[in-house]
Amino acid sequence: MSQLMLVLFGLVMLVGAVAALYLKDTVSAILAAGSVSLVASLVYLLLGAPDVAMTEAAIGSALTTVVFLFSWSRIQHRSQSSKSPLAEKTDTNPEEQEDHQL
Amino acid sequence: MMKRLIIILALVAIALGFFPLAMRISGDSGLTALATHYVEAGAEELGAANLVTSVVVSYRGLDTLGEVMVLFTATTGVTALLVSGKSRSHKKEQESEHDSVGRREGSELLATGAAFLFPILILFGIYIFLNGHLTPGGGFQGGVVLASAFLLLLFSDCRLELNHALLKRAEAISGAAYVAVGLLGLWLAGGFLDPRFLPAGEFGQLFSAGAIPIIYILIGIKVGSELTGIVDAMRRCS
Repeated sequence: MSQLMLVLFGLVMLVGAVAALYLKDTVSAILAAGSVSLVASLVYLLLGAPDVAMTEAAIGSALTTVVFLFSWSRIQHRSQSSKSPLAEKTDTNPEEQEDHQL
Repeated sequence: MMKRLIIILALVAIALGFFPLAMRISGDSGLTALATHYVEAGAEELGAANLVTSVVVSYRGLDTLGEVMVLFTATTGVTALLVSGKSRSHKKEQESEHDSVGRREGSELLATGAAFLFPILILFGIYIFLNGHLTPGGGFQGGVVLASAFLLLLFSDCRLELNHALLKRAEAISGAAYVAVGLLGLWLAGGFLDPRFLPAGEFGQLFSAGAIPIIYILIGIKVGSELTGIVDAMRRCS
């Protein structure tokens, strides 16, 4: 059972990593990369390393994702500062969802 | 097409080159001599119920100090790049500009949720690093939970200004105190970062395992204030 779960989680991680590479929307790609970390923390928990799992969940999937989203928001603002801030609307919503993953 | 073929060939060559290494990996059935010593004598020597903590804080304490140094250097770099005096005033200008356009407020749901969750998250973070020697978790994990509590607060209220002097002071004092505790171990006990200069106490109690709880409290405060500083430096009101 546990072996099966590990294989399943490994496949989910692979799907998330490949999705992060190929997704056109940058915010979706960042979220996919964060989901890899989230599933990795579950794998650590199954393998009996709760200390590492906590670190992975908190730093890998939460803080790193937020730092990426902040940076992306800054880049967007820099490149579109002359236009209306319409593009920012798309990248603020996932931030709010992201911190609930904690 | 040619380029892609070369890439595939290179990947296959690398895989073949490392193939013997992968084949030689066999699942270890037993522990190495050093690991056996940690597992057998660790609880007795240091009195920490969580063996991982006694390895991270004491046996490999110097590595943890190195990690804290790495995090400190990274924070200093981020802060120096993003919050130099010029960009601060620039940021202020941007914000006032945004004010006239109409600032995007955090939603009602987020504001209420953040206000409700903030004290619980702070409490949980403190619990994690206070109980680091008893249950899974420790200074780093607790510090990150503290930082995420502040992150939630920053999301919900864009106008919120954190007290930077207090953050810097907490970081500096906890970092210096960590090294001071290490030196105390050097003078009063077996070596640098040896937590045994305080009484080991009763096994499994909150006040036990010598100075390990003190070290984890200091690491938790340091990591929490550093990561809060990074997030605060990176955010931009949108």
